[in-house]
Amino acid sequence: MENKIIYGVTGIFDTPDEIISAVKQVKSSGFERFDVHTPYPIHGMPKAMKLGTSPLGYFALVFGLTGAFAAFALMTYLMGYNYPLIISGKPFIPIPAFIPVTFEVTVLLASVGTVLAMLFLLFKFPNNSHPLHDTNYMKKVSSNKFGICIEAKDEKFSKMEVIEFLKKIGAKDIEVIYYDNDALNFKINIFEWKFVAFLVVSALVVSGATYIVLNKLMFAPPFNWMMGQHRIDAQVESKFFGKDNFSMRVAPAGTVARNTNQFKFSGQPELAEAKLINPLIPTEENLRKGMKKYDIYCSPCHGYHGIGDARLNGQFPNPPSLHSEKVRNWGDGHIFYVITEGQNSMPSYSSQLTNEEKWAIVLYVRALQRAMNAKEEDLK
Amino acid sequence: MIAINYQRKELSSKLLKIGVLLLALGFIIALLGYVIDHERAAFNGIILLMFVMSVGLGSLFLIGLEYLVGADWSVPFRRIMEILAIVVFAIPVFSLPLFANLHTLFHWTHIEDVMKDPILRNKMPYLNEMFFSIRSTAAFVLMFIFWWLLAGRSFGQDSTPTKNFRKITVRISALFMPIFAIVLTFMAVDWLMSLEPHWFSTIFGVYYFAGTFSVALAVVTLFAIYLNENGYLGEGIEGDHYYNFGALLFAFTNFWAYIAFSQFLLIWYANLPEETFWYLHRWEGSWAVISVGIIIIHFIVPYAVLLPQPAKSDPKRLKFIAWWLVFAHFYDLYWLVIPTYSHSGAVFGWMELYPVLIALGTILILFYFFAKNKNLLPIGDPKLPKGINFHL
Ligand code: HEC
Repeated sequence: MENKIIYGVTGIFDTPDEIISAVKQVKSSGFERFDVHTPYPIHGMPKAMKLGTSPLGYFALVFGLTGAFAAFALMTYLMGYNYPLIISGKPFIPIPAFIPVTFEVTVLLASVGTVLAMLFLLFKFPNNSHPLHDTNYMKKVSSNKFGICIEAKDEKFSKMEVIEFLKKIGAKDIEVIYYDNDALNFKINIFEWKFVAFLVVSALVVSGATYIVLNKLMFAPPFNWMMGQHRIDAQVESKFFGKDNFSMRVAPAGTVARNTNQFKFSGQPELAEAKLINPLIPTEENLRKGMKKYDIYCSPCHGYHGIGDARLNGQFPNPPSLHSEKVRNWGDGHIFYVITEGQNSMPSYSSQLTNEEKWAIVLYVRALQRAMNAKEEDLK
Repeated sequence: MIAINYQRKELSSKLLKIGVLLLALGFIIALLGYVIDHERAAFNGIILLMFVMSVGLGSLFLIGLEYLVGADWSVPFRRIMEILAIVVFAIPVFSLPLFANLHTLFHWTHIEDVMKDPILRNKMPYLNEMFFSIRSTAAFVLMFIFWWLLAGRSFGQDSTPTKNFRKITVRISALFMPIFAIVLTFMAVDWLMSLEPHWFSTIFGVYYFAGTFSVALAVVTLFAIYLNENGYLGEGIEGDHYYNFGALLFAFTNFWAYIAFSQFLLIWYANLPEETFWYLHRWEGSWAVISVGIIIIHFIVPYAVLLPQPAKSDPKRLKFIAWWLVFAHFYDLYWLVIPTYSHSGAVFGWMELYPVLIALGTILILFYFFAKNKNLLPIGDPKLPKGINFHL
């Protein structure tokens, strides 16, 4: 073919010792662009070839540091700022717990990055052809011979001289290697339909086989028998109680909490206000109890501070503020009355709260009112 | 087979002079120390004991390792380890002042306190003076026996090689490995961990081993480089051997960090008060600085220095980092021992110098005298030429 360009001259040697001494002679004769091919790594070869250190180490360093900083920064951001979570009582940014992950990401990025850098930057990856491929020389050095190839790019290269030189140092089977540019620039088409079809088919086969094995052959029913009980879930329709199909039942009229008597002042708020006095004194214990009950039963509508800014706001007639002039001037008995009997759209709590709990709530409501309308001397 | 060109050269007496100077200085300080503040001196004595044990026992371990894995590259240096291993005989000597001060050192020797303390009472079958002394004595005797089996037997091979020497020694090494692990663990637990007898960490033996290996290797590296540079090892040894020293030192720098961090992470995560207090002691006052320092000194500096490939075969940098690791092991032992003596903060004074002076002096002197009239290469070993011609 006309298009042929000379790549280099190759020679074959029989033993590792011969190739080492040949390399030393090649080197000392001033050749720079040459390469050695052996069936297995030969101890001392890098030294004989006087190879410098590979630049790959720097890639490993850069990728490794990137991995370390990225992992550490990501964890710090996620655990400390984005979604702060306390895990087993550790601080939001538990540095010791980050170290294993940082280490792993460092190693991962360093190794993967180094391999990719080697493939793409040093081996120029998608291009996988080389003039020495498919030569007799390559056949020999990949079975049991040791070869050296002096490249035409070398400044001292001249075909005849190099052939003479290789002969002189004892090389056998001296070959001149040619290549043509088209072959060298040939790139495989990875989108060839046969290849793509092969990928698709193998993906389907693998995922199908996995699906069948995991979901059919090895299938074990999940442990869900606790979910499948014959009971009625809250807030769910149920035919069991024929009439209204509610699963949650309303307590029959007149139900009171345990250990509580029927309310004497039903329908008589004024009388209740006049007759009832709070038997509890505002100790810390009583206030805490009141707060607990208030937060459970009252806060969904009235809000934690009684202002009416609660979670149900807008889905339910908005309750009035408990800090109004009116309620502040009510006697304790009136608030007790509202809790027990309810008021318009506010339901009765007599079936849930004992008298003592109601009085504790009253205490707490009083405390809230006082806190919102503190007098000058309260601040002292 | 390649003939070996080795002419014995007697060690320069400079070695001895430096050794005697160091030892004499250290001895004076130690003596003064025991007179002025025998408690502090005794605690420093533990540092001395454990350092010398690291070098002696560690050298034996390196010999055994070479036989077991069939290493070639280290054969030319095996004599150095064999000579160095002689320091195991100094261990009992250094333990004597400590045995005389058991009461000052170990809380568990105070029977009245132990009886009041349910945890210590339950540990009594193990932690009592009798059993403690038996364990140490047994460990010392085992070290002597294996010194003879692994190191002592080898010197005669130079003039009269015996058949099957290597085969037998390989078997001895295999026997030695588990015994080494047990002896080293017991010594670490007894002399270091039981300083705070309530504390326990199952990884502690390995932790001490990690330091032992790196310091023993560092000392061997130092001897190998100095002897080689001054022509004591025949024609000399090339860079690829150095590279192996560097790579191993690098590996065991990482190993130490891995073990030290594992111990810390588990205790930190589990957060059990019976384990965490040991670290909390090392976080009190100025101890926090020392504790952070150990990460830098024992890990970050040697890691950074040894990371580049050329550093591992460059004798200059190797010498530096080997000295550094010797220092790091002293530092490590200081960090393990002294917090028990001084709870509230780190103390450092002239007395803390004596373990370093005596340990280095002893190693130099013993090496000098024991190397006299001996070949510094194991010339009877048929593997030696292969070892000298080692290439990566
Ligand atoms: C389901 C939501 C809801 C809950 C829970 C609730 N309330 Fe009410 N509350 C209301 C509504 C709505 C009103 C206004 C009723 C009306 O129109 O008069 C009200 C009124 C009141 C009043 C009278 C205020 C006024 O200005 O007339 C008091 C006092 C009161 N609630 C106290 C309580 C206490 C104490 C609790 C806890 C035991 C409680 N509420 C729980 C919705 C609720």
